[in-house]
Amino acid sequence: MPEFGAAFAEALSLVIRLDRDLAEIVWLSLKVSLAAVFLATVIGMPLGAAVALFHFPGRKAVIVGLNALMGLPPVVVGLIVYLALSRAGPFGVFGLLFTPAALIAAQVLLVVPIIAALTRQVVEDLWAEYSDQLRSFGAGPGRALTALLWDGRFTLLTAVLAGFGRASAEVGAVMIVGGNIDHVTRVMTTAIALEVRKGDLALALGLGVILMVLSLIVNGAAFLIKDTVETRYG
Amino acid sequence: MMIRFWLAAAVACIWPVQAGAGDGKTFITVASTTSTQNSGFFAHILPLFGKNTGIEVRVVAVGTGQALRLARRGDADVLFVHHGPSEEKFVAAGFGVKRHDVMVNDFVIVGPGDDPAGIGGITDAAKAVRKIADAPAPFVSRGDDSGTHKKEQELWRAAEVDAAAASGTWYRETGSGMGATLNTTAAMRAYTLTDRGTWLGFKNKVGMRVLSEGDRRLLNPYGVILVNPARHPHVKAKLGKIFIDWLISAEGQAAIAAFRIDGRRAFWPNAATAGASRSAIGKKNPQPGTVNRRPSGKRGVEQLPDDPSERRK
Repeated sequence: MPEFGAAFAEALSLVIRLDRDLAEIVWLSLKVSLAAVFLATVIGMPLGAAVALFHFPGRKAVIVGLNALMGLPPVVVGLIVYLALSRAGPFGVFGLLFTPAALIAAQVLLVVPIIAALTRQVVEDLWAEYSDQLRSFGAGPGRALTALLWDGRFTLLTAVLAGFGRASAEVGAVMIVGGNIDHVTRVMTTAIALEVRKGDLALALGLGVILMVLSLIVNGAAFLIKDTVETRYG
Repeated sequence: MMIRFWLAAAVACIWPVQAGAGDGKTFITVASTTSTQNSGFFAHILPLFGKNTGIEVRVVAVGTGQALRLARRGDADVLFVHHGPSEEKFVAAGFGVKRHDVMVNDFVIVGPGDDPAGIGGITDAAKAVRKIADAPAPFVSRGDDSGTHKKEQELWRAAEVDAAAASGTWYRETGSGMGATLNTTAAMRAYTLTDRGTWLGFKNKVGMRVLSEGDRRLLNPYGVILVNPARHPHVKAKLGKIFIDWLISAEGQAAIAAFRIDGRRAFWPNAATAGASRSAIGKKNPQPGTVNRRPSGKRGVEQLPDDPSERRK
């Protein structure tokens, strides 16, 4: 398997050369995925916690639905966002297709179910444990929701990281809604797909190595922050 | 309150990413085929165009069929593809303003170096695919209704072989793009039909080589069309027209003629209005007459492989 050696050499040489195009692609990937994960957290966490705490008709169906949506096929999300943002679609007037905003929209759709479903589970377990205590303090459901989210913040970090993993590794949706346009919507995954199509497997694998290192750095940083905060203020 | 917070968060998140991507610059969106992108063709000519005009060209490279659909929905300003009949239908239906000839390249049949079906050197493409079917040797088809796929089906019809009936045996349909299909072909030690541009730029050849080429039926003309602003008012007609005019101008045609992949030529300019380019290209091409001849021209094809850079292989 000479490809693997060549791939690592390729990845190393790209990093050492500080290839400008590569830096641009890496930077865009990070910006898009972080923005998408932040938005998905802001939407998904209250949503998941609300499903955990409130009782309403059809709640079980919503839970099953949320869990099922974790496996949403990216190509389908890509198609839905494409049809929505296309000039002939409902949001066409904004001209967002083939721009980074379209990438973010697709990734938000993919990540929200993951964060919401995992948050739902975490908050439900905490609620089972602390419901009597919270009730005795006279906390209403709204207060309980924020208290439990805060209490579960370290566990919930894993949900956010799972979301980031999904967002940054995804290729099917961003290829459709972004168009893999050089210097505009080309991210790590679509760049890898392009190099595979050109038959440059070593370069593609090299880019893959860099993407994995990037994911390691993000997860490492999250772990460090969590660790520091936990020991200092935990 | 909550909704306003979410909206603010959304704008605060998306706006810097969006602005960082060079938004606000003058740009047009071109729907094109993977062959032009994978071969490095756009990377060669777009900087030349941008240098003089300051217009950024954003290329969305997909199959010809998908590019046509994108343009029909108004998601591109200019269409740059290679399937004549579909292009003419597109214009006739009022989606495009006018089709211009830009350039032509050709398809080649590639296969394993030891050539088990023995098609090496056969110019008649129908005869070549017939020999593959008779062997039978594995043949990988795009199977995706692309321009290349349609051309391949023409060849089977001409050879009077019902390849589709053999699907799953020696005839294998990948349903994917040219690059992916070439990767599959290499892994299966099979034969396939590919455009020369993608083939020359393709790096994972592992012993495959061009075995049959030069048939007139294998010509592959590219057309460029401005999406009709009467149909889609947001189309950047003025900028799009500047791009098209440049492509078919003497300067644009010379830029196309100068493009090389590893020293080999992949595209021959053939714009009808490029009378002036005759001299510009003539210096580099031993048969300047063929360069400007329309792809339907009879002698054009026999002379394609006559390019000096081709003889070097």
